[in-house]
Amino acid sequence: MYGQFKTIDEANQAVIDKVVSGAPFLIDVVPAKSVIEELNGKVLLHAGPPIKWENMTSPMQGSCIGATLFEGWASNPDEARAMLENGEIEFIPCHHVNAVGPMGGITSGSMPVLVAENRDGGNRAYCTMNEGIGAVLRFGAYSDDVINRLNWFRDVLGPTLSKALQVKGDGLNVNVMMARAITMGDEFHQRNIAGSLIFLKEIVPFILQTDVNEKDKQDVIQFLADTDQYFLNIAMASTKAVMDSARQIQHGTVVTAMCRNGYEFGIRIAGMGDQWFTAPVNTPQGLFFTGYDQDMACADMGDSAITETFGVGGMAMIAAPGVTRFVGAGGMDDAVNTSNDMIEICIDHNPNFSIPTWDFQGACLGIDARKVVDKGIEPVINTGIAHKEAGVGQIGAGTVRAPLACFEKAIEAYAVKLGLVEAK
Amino acid sequence: MLYTIVKQNSYQDSVNLMLLTNKIATMEGVNKTQIMMGTPANKDIFKTAGLFTEELEAAASNDMCIVVDTDQEEKIQEVLDEVDNYLSNQAIAGSKEAFETVNTWDKAMRALPSANLAIISTPGQYAAEEAEKALDRDMHVMIFSDNVTIEDERRIKEKAHEKGLLVMGPDAGTAVVSGVPLAFANVIKTGKIGVIGASGTGIQEVTTEIDRLGSGVSHAIGTGGRDLADKIGAITMLDGIKALAQHSKTEVITLISKPPAKEVRDEVVQLLQSISKPVVAIFLGEEPHNHEGNVYYANTLEETAAIAVDLAKGNPIKPNYNKLHAEVPAVDLKPEQKTIKGLYSGGTLGYEAATLISRGLNLGETDHDEAGYLLNTNGFQVIDLGDDIYTQGKPHPMIDPDTRIQFFQKAAQDESTAVILFDVVLGYGSHDDMADALIPGIEKIQQETKANGRNIYFVATVCGTDQDPQDLDEQKAKLEKAGVILRDSNNQAALTALAMLDIQIEEVTKELVPAKETAKVEITVSEAIEQLLTEKPSVVNVGLKKFTEAITANGGRVVQYDWQPSAGGNPRLREVLRVLR
Repeated sequence: MYGQFKTIDEANQAVIDKVVSGAPFLIDVVPAKSVIEELNGKVLLHAGPPIKWENMTSPMQGSCIGATLFEGWASNPDEARAMLENGEIEFIPCHHVNAVGPMGGITSGSMPVLVAENRDGGNRAYCTMNEGIGAVLRFGAYSDDVINRLNWFRDVLGPTLSKALQVKGDGLNVNVMMARAITMGDEFHQRNIAGSLIFLKEIVPFILQTDVNEKDKQDVIQFLADTDQYFLNIAMASTKAVMDSARQIQHGTVVTAMCRNGYEFGIRIAGMGDQWFTAPVNTPQGLFFTGYDQDMACADMGDSAITETFGVGGMAMIAAPGVTRFVGAGGMDDAVNTSNDMIEICIDHNPNFSIPTWDFQGACLGIDARKVVDKGIEPVINTGIAHKEAGVGQIGAGTVRAPLACFEKAIEAYAVKLGLVEAK
Repeated sequence: MLYTIVKQNSYQDSVNLMLLTNKIATMEGVNKTQIMMGTPANKDIFKTAGLFTEELEAAASNDMCIVVDTDQEEKIQEVLDEVDNYLSNQAIAGSKEAFETVNTWDKAMRALPSANLAIISTPGQYAAEEAEKALDRDMHVMIFSDNVTIEDERRIKEKAHEKGLLVMGPDAGTAVVSGVPLAFANVIKTGKIGVIGASGTGIQEVTTEIDRLGSGVSHAIGTGGRDLADKIGAITMLDGIKALAQHSKTEVITLISKPPAKEVRDEVVQLLQSISKPVVAIFLGEEPHNHEGNVYYANTLEETAAIAVDLAKGNPIKPNYNKLHAEVPAVDLKPEQKTIKGLYSGGTLGYEAATLISRGLNLGETDHDEAGYLLNTNGFQVIDLGDDIYTQGKPHPMIDPDTRIQFFQKAAQDESTAVILFDVVLGYGSHDDMADALIPGIEKIQQETKANGRNIYFVATVCGTDQDPQDLDEQKAKLEKAGVILRDSNNQAALTALAMLDIQIEEVTKELVPAKETAKVEITVSEAIEQLLTEKPSVVNVGLKKFTEAITANGGRVVQYDWQPSAGGNPRLREVLRVLR
């Protein structure tokens, strides 16, 4: 019934074994369309499960406009909007093409993407680069600043990092960087500053060895130094590569993807392959910059919940004492409680990522959709909060829960597929 | 007006500063404020918020920037003081309770590895499952929940018996283990008398009487109301009696039960007669005429307690303890006022009142088929307001006065009513001040009936002890002030009500006769049960959080399990989870 496995527990164990043996390396930064065939037409990738234009949040629509302008398909925002409304541009979820994208997740062919290679599974995954905070495409901004930054990514940052990685030769071992960063207070969703510093420390010697001109080297290093969340996107591409390898085992109830498009939250479980199980998204709760409040918060967006799927992010809240107060402004106790809750819905601890503040227990490993439904404990996701109007950008940060209904639908469908219960 | 303070080289984490901003924003006189590090990105946020000032231009990434919009310049110093105060006092005071709260069994066991007793107060349909989980973890179980099927009850009790564990309940409302009151229990002085009963107000009445008479209780074990049914076969009762028989600090055993099935009764009596300790037994509703060997049979709960206390103190046993010893108040009634309405929150107390009234009226055996009614004959009624039919979607009458006041009113409207008989049950779990909650309703009825030229008399008993969380003396004083005629026991209250209508009960006097010779039952007790009766329990409280209070206040240890049904109680998903095991 479960292929080569005798029980669901055995299948689940095989899936999490693949997560533990996953060996992601950052090997290159390349134009998206050079590795994602589908992006060679008028196509945009987006975060979350499939969505239509009219259901997109205002920030996600803003991102689409920005990407359309960036690609030169339209010369002004109105024209871009008209094209998008008329269906001239096709939408594909990032997840369908081995990619993940933060917030809106809007990715177009000319954008450079990070290439993570999982040397255990032999597969690759892609993610755009972090733009920093403020007016950025992923939060729906499409001003000249935003487009100029994307141009610079395409012309300078991407090629420079690519050259540096070629000088390095065999790529940067991401597990090593993450294992070090988690002991330095990162959980790889809300807080990435340690990972970003480690990446900077690793990459700068190679940047300096490239033939890139001094000004560009200087600008690239300055950008990486200024961008606290740069490592988030490396972690996203890497955890996507690992989870994609693990989900080649198409049995069992381990969650292999969680993502949101501002309209629906979607999950996949190993036993149901590519199928999405969706429910309306929640809106994150958290702390807001002055002048903003909960009413202005955009519904939950982004593929960044791949980090939680992997077992870090909100699942590893206790690793990042510095940001625990986003959990209802509580202290260490709340963070411990959150992680202790999360391990209740997971199968094991990941020995690769020992967390000092959690008595050196490994990070959460293998969210079991059955446990989520049984206990009614929804995975917690750490997230930035976008303004619900496009272009305003990030207005706060906090946490959000993965809706229980996704997990209920997934296990029910699996039981039906196995012929253990009648379809309703 | 915008004021800017730049604290140079004063780095703070952005989360701290957001929390600080929220705090400063609530200060009176502050229209708006933003506190951030002076990074270029943050400066943009200041701009968007309309709080950008020229001073910010020069601020560097490691400078803390405070911008305050206020009409009062003098506010600035206040803000700065508050900022300094906040930044120097960032330690978060976690809220500490006397117990941990968990949401799974595994966490409960980690939090309290010594746990040896689980109290289950989940909805009934889940109680059996949770009880089994507790048994699997080698814990004794008290099932407070009702609506557990008798098949489940038998299965659980057999499993427990095999493992040497004790299951109290289902529908066990009260118990006392090693001085620790469990669920709806009174605080009783610790002493030599071990009590075992169905686990309701029968136990509460007997234990509080024992306390009042100056003795104490070693344990009070609740078996659940169906334990003596032939389908269960008194599994808990038999194990419990054996445990009390072996417990060295228990010198007298007291058994409270409704009349059991014949075979079950024989088995229980045979066990009682095999014990070397004296036993007091009441089979409610029966009228025993003799004591047999070491077993003393009582007619009322009051008598049960009194015999037990005399045995514990080594006093001779009197032939009868049931007589009305209180004065009968003079009454002024209309000719048609001939009946008593018993409106009880305690089921066993109501049952005893119904039995006594039946005896007084010589009704003989009465059927109590009518739901909720313990007696309903010739205008005499006794109602158990704690019965399921009155508590659907409503709080129990020990917690909430409303249902009872409604029935008081209904009783008062009946022209035949002379006396309203009721109980006030104190102890953990009960209303904090039930006297106060009932009195307005009582006074209203007294005024209205008086206006109609009638008198209605309220007769009651307060079941509680001086040590209970409620103030026993104050409860009594309040009720008496409101004109309620109070008696020390339920028996005395019922006899008083009857005597007010000129009805007396002929009491039998009992003699001690030798017991019939029967084979002695071998008494063995498991180590786990022995331990339960020798140490203060360590409890996993599955469900109602308020039960923790009695445990921690009386030296027990507890972990609170905030229970939720698997899959939110959805039957389809529970089935899916079952097949995906």
